Amino acid sequence: MTNEVVLSLRDFRVTFPTLFGDVQAVRGIDLDVRAGEIVGVVGESGSGKSVTFLGLMGLLPKGARISGSATVNGTELVGAPRQVLREVRGRKVAMIFQDPLSALNPTHRIGHQIVEMIRAHQSMSKAAAMERAIELLNDVGIPQPRERARQYPHEFSGGMRQRVMIAMAIANDPDVLIADEPTTALDVTVQAQILEILQKIQSERQAAIVLITHDLGVVARVADRVQGMYAGRVVERGPVAALYDHPSHPYTQGLLRSLPSVGRDRLVPIPGSPPNMIEPPSGCAFRVRCPHAIDRCSLEVPTLRVVGDLESACLRADELRSVGP
Amino acid sequence: MTVEPILAVDGLVKHFTVKTARGVRAYKNTVQAVSNVSFSVRPGETLGLVGESGSGKTTVGRCILRLIEPTAGSVRFQGEELVGMRAERLRELRRDMQIVFQDPYASLDPRLTVGTSIAEPLEVQRIPGDHRARVKELLELVGLSPDHSRRFPHEFSGGQRQRIGIARALASNPKLLVLDEPVSALDVSIQAGVVNLLADLQDQLGLAYVFIAHDLSVVRHVSHNVAVMYLGKLVEVATAETLYERASHPYTRALLSAIPVPDPGVERGRRRIMLEGDVPSPIDPPSGCRFRTRCPKAQDHCAVEEPALVDRGQGHPVACHFPD
Ligand SMILES: Nc1ncnc2c1ncn2[C@@H]1O[C@H](COP(=O)(O)OP(=O)(O)OP(=O)(O)O)[C@@H](O)[C@H]1O
Ligand SMILES: Nc1ncnc2c1ncn2[C@@H]1O[C@H](COP(=O)(O)OP(=O)(O)OP(=O)(O)O)[C@@H](O)[C@H]1O
Ligand code: SF4
Ligand SMILES: [Mg+2]
Ligand SMILES: [Mg+2]
Repeated sequence: MTNEVVLSLRDFRVTFPTLFGDVQAVRGIDLDVRAGEIVGVVGESGSGKSVTFLGLMGLLPKGARISGSATVNGTELVGAPRQVLREVRGRKVAMIFQDPLSALNPTHRIGHQIVEMIRAHQSMSKAAAMERAIELLNDVGIPQPRERARQYPHEFSGGMRQRVMIAMAIANDPDVLIADEPTTALDVTVQAQILEILQKIQSERQAAIVLITHDLGVVARVADRVQGMYAGRVVERGPVAALYDHPSHPYTQGLLRSLPSVGRDRLVPIPGSPPNMIEPPSGCAFRVRCPHAIDRCSLEVPTLRVVGDLESACLRADELRSVGP
Repeated sequence: MTVEPILAVDGLVKHFTVKTARGVRAYKNTVQAVSNVSFSVRPGETLGLVGESGSGKTTVGRCILRLIEPTAGSVRFQGEELVGMRAERLRELRRDMQIVFQDPYASLDPRLTVGTSIAEPLEVQRIPGDHRARVKELLELVGLSPDHSRRFPHEFSGGQRQRIGIARALASNPKLLVLDEPVSALDVSIQAGVVNLLADLQDQLGLAYVFIAHDLSVVRHVSHNVAVMYLGKLVEVATAETLYERASHPYTRALLSAIPVPDPGVERGRRRIMLEGDVPSPIDPPSGCRFRTRCPKAQDHCAVEEPALVDRGQGHPVACHFPD
């Protein structure tokens, strides 16, 4: 049984014109996310994870150039009028960020902020919306939600604020929830609580969840599928178990190999540093750090192709499949 | 054969006074950041210091170097007491102990060339010799090119900047390095290189490390011994192997079970000990055992009596009334 696709990206691109040239942050991404599944998005710092989703939400600075297609339940967002984007944001797609404090208004009570969020998209009396807000706070595991709703953001701990952000994000029952490093600033014991809440939202509300994180352990815990990014492109994707078990792209292989693990005496870093996105390397952007690069890698941009149960954008994926992580 | 510890911390306490405003009135409060912490580190050894945010790890690190004054307790470095030591002698000893900070972006002065930054401790310590030659040597030691000395920090990646920070800390030939989250700000693919570098330097130079981190898988990889802190106190100390195989304090056990492991098979089959709520405030820590408000094993007694850090044999001290 496969659910319907609710979020779909096709050849999605984002470019930032700057004084030094165009930063090609996202260079043609495809992604399908279905109702009720969690898709993990991983990749190096600067690989375009955040920009992709900020871009489709219409949350990037004015100069950003966006092209390709991004649809939510069939509604095209690229080039959509601001009115459409505003309607979609919060109602169909909601986003939670690493730093909840910057997203909350310090001068308004928590309950009031959730009420505003609800009433921006649904016609509901203030009193009814407040009841709903309290219910939501309870759903995300905030004790004494009625009392808590009357407090201000600074009276909440980091983990509690992240719960509030999740409560606001699900206030209008969005079809898609995008979580950008939602637990990075939190302690691991609190992270475990937040991940459980996300899993609950997935199963009870059948939301489609995109989880952006650099923590491969988090992805292993909650995601159904993973999408690995490098230099603004998707390098490999597929079911979580398969990708961790037999990655076929040298970047994903290197990433998994660089992790500390029991019995591994020496860690194996990926040599070199991430590319300059104004002038990324031709062909496969990973080739300058890749131990398997051949001449052809600089001439041809590898596209995603099926390799076993994964899709990999490496010209040599078939041969490298057996190398393992 | 026992080797004398290079660093011995005994009964370390650090309180901060903070003002908090409530309405129009201001109150003075005491933050009990570090309470009665003791441990020792031998030459060539790494002690991992782990615990959640605000548990006092950085404060311990800063007290060791006396970058801040401990409220009470003793810090002995190569047998010499640092607490209350004259400034002059302390400055001499600082050559032998250095700190590397978490943020490779903030810890280097953007206006100074890399070479000038690395040579700075040599100038401050008035260490004689050819500083230019020493800078070149240090850059090579941390796997960078000597030509890099004329360049500025913004021209380097995070991993490279962390190497520069380490080169700077090594300039005066220290015997002890306090590493405060040295790889937390780096991508995993780059972390590995810095971790390897630290291991090589330890082998070559016999350095002792206090390695502060919240990533327990990295700590396990680098440490000989691990000390776990909760709300300013040590709750458990053990060899890395013992801790990861036979953790005995309920907090350590919960912490270990909460760390996500990058293996879907393991993650899905795992039973997790979920803790409720967040870490309480160190301004008003719980009575008795500080962990009791979140502890799945807590009994009435835990609120009354504070559990002492007791070694129940095998050099594995635990502070809990009901250890596993
Ligand atoms: N407003 C902007 N102007 C110019 N370049 C930008 C802008 N915002 C982002 N970028 C660039 O776009 C690229 C992708 O950034 P993005 O924030 O998506 O990375 P990320 O994968 O989310 O990384 P991280 O893991 O560090 O969050 C980076 O090279 C970044 O420097
Ligand atoms: N200068 C200061 N003044 C007041 N309180 C302080 C000061 N420095 C630290 N604290 C408090 O002392 C406690 C311990 O802080 P510390 O920075 O040592 O924690 P940590 O374990 O290093 O945490 P993290 O993992 O977040 O770095 C915290 O509650 C912190 O707010
Ligand atoms: S396409 Fe070539 S350079 Fe890119 S990952 Fe594959 S082998 Fe390496
Ligand atoms: Mg990001
Ligand atoms: Mg700290």
